[in-house]
Amino acid sequence: MSAQNVITTPPLESAETRPATGGRRPGSRPGRNGQPSAKAGLKLGNVITTLILSVGAVIMIAPLAWTFSTSLKTKDGVFELPPQWIPDPFVWENYARIWTAGPLLTGIQNSLIVACSVTIVGSLTSALAAFAFAKMRMPFKNVLFLGLLSGLMIPFPTLMIPQFTIFASIGWVDTLLPLIVPGLFGNIIMIFFLRQFLNSIPDSIVEAARIDGASYLQIFWTLILPAIRPALAAQFILWFMAMWNDYLAPIIYLNSPGTQTLQLVIANFNAQYAIQTDYPLIMAASFVALLPVLIVFVVFQRQIIESIALSGSKG
Amino acid sequence: MTTITRPRRSRLHRKEHQAALLFVAIPVIGFLLFTLFPLLFSVYASFTNWNGISAPVFKGLDNYTKMFGDRYFLKSLWNTLFMMLGIPIGLVISLALALAMNRKMRGTTFFRTVYYLPVISSIAAVAILWQWAFNGDFGLINQALGLLGIDGPNWLQDTATVKPALIIMAVWKGLGYSMLLYLAALQSVPRYLYEAAALDGASAWQQFRHITIPMVAPVTFFLIVTSIIGGSQIFVEINIMTPTGGPEFESASIVWYIWQKAFDNLQMGYASAMSVVLGLLVFIITVIQFRLNRRNQFSID
Repeated sequence: MSAQNVITTPPLESAETRPATGGRRPGSRPGRNGQPSAKAGLKLGNVITTLILSVGAVIMIAPLAWTFSTSLKTKDGVFELPPQWIPDPFVWENYARIWTAGPLLTGIQNSLIVACSVTIVGSLTSALAAFAFAKMRMPFKNVLFLGLLSGLMIPFPTLMIPQFTIFASIGWVDTLLPLIVPGLFGNIIMIFFLRQFLNSIPDSIVEAARIDGASYLQIFWTLILPAIRPALAAQFILWFMAMWNDYLAPIIYLNSPGTQTLQLVIANFNAQYAIQTDYPLIMAASFVALLPVLIVFVVFQRQIIESIALSGSKG
Repeated sequence: MTTITRPRRSRLHRKEHQAALLFVAIPVIGFLLFTLFPLLFSVYASFTNWNGISAPVFKGLDNYTKMFGDRYFLKSLWNTLFMMLGIPIGLVISLALALAMNRKMRGTTFFRTVYYLPVISSIAAVAILWQWAFNGDFGLINQALGLLGIDGPNWLQDTATVKPALIIMAVWKGLGYSMLLYLAALQSVPRYLYEAAALDGASAWQQFRHITIPMVAPVTFFLIVTSIIGGSQIFVEINIMTPTGGPEFESASIVWYIWQKAFDNLQMGYASAMSVVLGLLVFIITVIQFRLNRRNQFSID
């Protein structure tokens, strides 16, 4: 992903001046085909590619931008033809109305409670298990690991009906517990990648610490956890976003407004206010729901993108 | 082997075994409680008549025979398969995007971020905004079509367009992910392959056909399988954009129908049977992936 080797600045101009410098440049880049026409073609290609990618980028952004634009319109401004891309007037007040129009704030709180407790505790339990699978001797190690991995093959819809009846029988329906408790036991995807990561760390570190008399828990805290931090952080973010965006499990368990997670709250906004054609309100609430993850992504995009590219190549 | 070291070694080992088993116990217990037990229970419930409240009544294969005469189940199965048409479309576009971004030029990091935004966006919010974008009179899509002089349909209310609408949205949402994996694969293709091919006079198309395509084949395969698994479980967009399963049940998916049967109609036995069929489908696809993947690796080695 290096953009530093840029051949085209400014693109068209340098294509014209190409023959003048043609004698010098190929020498500075050995091993490359330095024919002037090929270079010019490359530059033209880059311009065309950039243009096509820009058009695509507009298409990708348009629905998100449209949401934001709609969220700032008046209730009637939405239906104006031709449509206004830039709202007139800007109704920032929509972003004040959403907090009283529905349980948006409790939705955010509930989503935070679920996502934070699951990812923080679950990451620790996953990391401990990954440590044991990667660096310790134990009986039935491969059987246990493959057994856990086989769980990945089972889609959630196949498990949701019995899971629901289990949680219903202990009175946990309409609480956040059915969303939290299963996650506390760890996440096999995370265990898998942390174990993979730990395999690249020499066993001798652990053995040396053992000889020095450290307990396994001490080794985990002082050696393993710092060593796996980058992998842990990336998996943590991915898991957090997945929990934050989850919809199917919450819709099964939660029905009263006070317990609903953010995704359910905005879905209810959508159902409720579409009848009143209050689209700016719906779009403002949706945008608020999108924003945290968008911010997390933009801030951590390097780690996120690398760990996703990695997960794909391991699949 | 010697009598002096053996007891000591095994005691150390036993301690290590105990600690290790303790560390893995938590996920293993979680697996037993929340995956294995529900799975077995699902299989059992699929042979019963059960409303989720009173005890299940054993009915043998009734649910399974009922399923294949159930017009709505077959329709939702067909809808789910139909919506997977988006998978090849998405793969072709995302490979083209990855090829474009694999060039050495400015702005690729920016484009990568932009194309990836829909992937990380919440599916509920995305479904809401696309529902609005597909609005027949005031939606973004029909306005864009209007610029081209096309009078767009009322996408989500029309039996002919509701599935294509969902496909368009799914392609938009998933493009960034496939693109990213393709990009990673393209960057790991050794340059000398292209250089050698160019020396032998291979055209750009020939290089693409005989080097790029085979080199990214494992990623293509991975994406096809994960997309089929994900696509077979499509639910959220249907639930939000077409809450009643669409015009004439045209957009109901398997998971949507299972969900409705289980939690609206309380036909949990029947819903379990359908969920077992879904699980079997996913299982078969995954097994095929593992087998073919292994073969792929051998052929590359």
